Amino acid sequence: MSAFNAIGEEREIDRDEFTPEIEPQATWCPGCGDFGVLKALKQAMPEVGRTPEETLLVTGIGCSGKLSSYFRSYGFHSIHGRSLPVARAAKLANPDLEVIAAGGDGDGYGIGGNHFMHTARENHDMTYIVFDNEIFGLTKGQTSPTSPKGHKSKTQPHGSAKQPIRPLSLALTSGASYVARTAAVNPNQAKEILAEAMEHDGFAHVDFLTQCPTWNKDAKQYVPYIDVQDSDDYDFDITDRGEASEMMQEAEDALYEGTVLTGRFYRDADRPSYQEEKQATGDMPEEPLAERYFDEDYEWERSYDLLERHK
Amino acid sequence: MTDDELIWRIAGGSGDGIDSTSQNFAKALMRSGLNVFTHRHYPSRIRGGHTYVEIRAKDEPVKSRGDNYNFLLALGDSFARNPQEEAYYGNEEIKPLSENLDELREGGVIVYDAGLLDTDEIEDFDQRAEENDWHVYDLDLRGLAKEHGREVMRNTAGVGATAALLDMDLEHIEGLMEDAMSGDVLEANLQILEEAYESVKDDYEHTHDLRAPTGSHDEEQVLVSGSHGISYGALDEGCRFISGYPMTPWTDVFTIMTQHLPEMGGISEQVEDEIAAASLAIGASHAGAKAMSGSSGGGFALMSEPLGLAEITETPIVLVEAMRAGPSTGMPTKPEQGDLEHVLYTSQGDSNRVVFAPGDPAECYEQTRKAFEIAYNYQIPAIVLYDQKLSGGHQTVPEGVFDEEPNPDLGSVVTEQDLEDAVQEAGRFKRYMYDDEEGSGFGGVSRRSLPGQKGGNFLASGNEHNEVGHISEDPDNRTIQMNRRMAKLDAIREDLDENSDHQPVYGPEDAEYGILSFGSTKGVIEEAVDQINESGHSVKSMNVSDIMPFPKDEVTAFLEDVDEALVVEMNASAQFRRHVQGQLGRFGEKLYSLLKYDGNPFEPEEVVSGFESRLGGEADLSEYNVRIESATGD
Repeated sequence: MSAFNAIGEEREIDRDEFTPEIEPQATWCPGCGDFGVLKALKQAMPEVGRTPEETLLVTGIGCSGKLSSYFRSYGFHSIHGRSLPVARAAKLANPDLEVIAAGGDGDGYGIGGNHFMHTARENHDMTYIVFDNEIFGLTKGQTSPTSPKGHKSKTQPHGSAKQPIRPLSLALTSGASYVARTAAVNPNQAKEILAEAMEHDGFAHVDFLTQCPTWNKDAKQYVPYIDVQDSDDYDFDITDRGEASEMMQEAEDALYEGTVLTGRFYRDADRPSYQEEKQATGDMPEEPLAERYFDEDYEWERSYDLLERHK
Repeated sequence: MTDDELIWRIAGGSGDGIDSTSQNFAKALMRSGLNVFTHRHYPSRIRGGHTYVEIRAKDEPVKSRGDNYNFLLALGDSFARNPQEEAYYGNEEIKPLSENLDELREGGVIVYDAGLLDTDEIEDFDQRAEENDWHVYDLDLRGLAKEHGREVMRNTAGVGATAALLDMDLEHIEGLMEDAMSGDVLEANLQILEEAYESVKDDYEHTHDLRAPTGSHDEEQVLVSGSHGISYGALDEGCRFISGYPMTPWTDVFTIMTQHLPEMGGISEQVEDEIAAASLAIGASHAGAKAMSGSSGGGFALMSEPLGLAEITETPIVLVEAMRAGPSTGMPTKPEQGDLEHVLYTSQGDSNRVVFAPGDPAECYEQTRKAFEIAYNYQIPAIVLYDQKLSGGHQTVPEGVFDEEPNPDLGSVVTEQDLEDAVQEAGRFKRYMYDDEEGSGFGGVSRRSLPGQKGGNFLASGNEHNEVGHISEDPDNRTIQMNRRMAKLDAIREDLDENSDHQPVYGPEDAEYGILSFGSTKGVIEEAVDQINESGHSVKSMNVSDIMPFPKDEVTAFLEDVDEALVVEMNASAQFRRHVQGQLGRFGEKLYSLLKYDGNPFEPEEVVSGFESRLGGEADLSEYNVRIESATGD
């Protein structure tokens, strides 16, 4: 049976295979951090060894949502905040797919916050990239959930009275088994982290700092980055929840004070993915559900056989 | 009213086991050869509060709850008491008796639990009993249950007393108990059943005429609800993915499916909200599974966003909408047909969807199958619209209805060979292809590939997109893609006209008057049609199940044929009549409405009176919660 004949194809993969015939300049401004995400993702794919056709990229809307347009794979450009529920069901229906979800900080931490919490809790085996530029870009510069307190915009002319959301801590407390932060201006680290996230067997959350040169000129994204793994100043065990949590809080506080800490913050390699948990309880088939529709020998059970209890 | 039928009502407190007891009793009646229809009435409360289940049984097919009822088993609301035997909620304990008297027919039978209820607490009870020729039997059901088992088993004592008073054999009831219980519990229940039976036989003089009717089935029957019909239809179509959030009454389908899916190799997901639920169905379907989600009014409101997404990305999904009384959270446990327009028009832009509204459990099965077939062949969201009445109400259905071959076909999906050819010919696969300038080729359908298929990669976008899936605001492409998606409904209508059952018409072909309805009112209207025709008028009915695309030709033919038609629906604003007029663009002068929206389904008598009132104005509608609305035409 080869209904999904691109899955598991072993061959040399070139990152250019992920380039479609259209240009990202169509949406993204010159100097936009989103170019960095796209580039890092394309570079990570050959390392993970996945072809465009066995990869499903599900995005929300906004500038970040256009990632699926400029990345050649199977794509689903969904609606604001809803990339995760679409993505996780696709993964359940066909676990052989490499599933990546992506969206912006408004998309992922605002309107989609509920889905973020629950997808992390369930630990679906997927990678979630949140383009974090502390602003709503495509709607022209409104305050977002990660905008700093006091941030002024057309919708918060007197400055935001709200504390920004803490995405790393939120991911950890919700149950994500891999949490990292990287940045568009740090392409090597970004590529490595994305590859690692995809290879991680569980919900991998990557808070991806992206600069918005048009609407958020004040953001911290231009200052030098510190990689917590490379620096001797930060020593913590990424497999220890307590230490990871403290480090995340330090990183989240520091961000708005001008110090940008990136790197891996938490990894639990032992926690089973949701699919494994579900299979262990007998709640999900071992074989991909989607394969079954192409199996001519499969005997479909009939409702007629359930009627005993109604007699 | 004739007494060739038994309409047995068991009343008690919510949580007192009324539902399970009545299920068993209904099955016992079915096993004895009768046709059965059940109606659940319950409050939005977990424990306590007046609840009843009505079971109507007769030899002939039963299509509705009937008019009123003739046997009351009043158990008392045990949750109205606290452990010190004092009432929690004032006089609620007596409600299972007091609240049900208005609908008890003349000559009816009452058995009440003298261990919990006291007729002295109802001021005019004796007088009413005498005036209505009610036959009242007091029995300490609670005491009997306590003596041999536990107090909660007083249901069983009540069933034993019922059997004795109706001259029924205990055989079927005992058989069902043996299926459901074992050990000491079974022993105790059997003993209580027999004690109650014997005690009524020996100690009470039977003054009433009512006896259990007798009957026999030509073929094996099963007792199922509309929710079973929908679930089983979905399973037979190869639906193996369901996602949902609990909401009454949609929860019925969600739980039935969840009960079976794991063992059938399927997946059920209870998720954070209804936006997620519908989005999961889209994700699963996009990846190559047959998927379903659903909700009731308020939850379906959240699905309007993913509904539009499914439409523009052309991802097949089936959504179930189980209506309850609205607006907002309305009356969670009461039926209404008030979400019709919500289901028809929700979501942004010119979005299309297919809507079926089955009228009974058998139609629930058939039309859910149809919904899947259409959704997957035409890549369009399909909605199965029904209501709380049909969701939980059980009915005898010939077992043969379910004896159909499974259809796991994913519909309009490309093969590997197609993809190879496409790549060879055009350089790449065109997911949203059109073949002419109108965009209406292939009935609007352009086949889809599934993630993982080689050569088939494309972007499914909620933004307008061109043939290969790239986002596009090109006016020519936009027009063609819109035309292509809009063309689907016409193609589907043609398909349905050619290949599926038509809207059922009931009554004499040359009838002078018509009754038009949709969904769960089907059976009650057919019974009313019989009564109206017996009384000398000439009327026929049509229950429309294809709501969108609308069967214009069939409904037009039906309406042209009659002088006038009464549109019967369970809502306050005549939504279905508006839909019919809107779809047909005429008949404004011919269509009158009979509306009911008090939380209870129509009874045949109300439809008959509504019909008579419209015709001659002689019927008095003041005793019913129904309203006639005049035609809006000239």
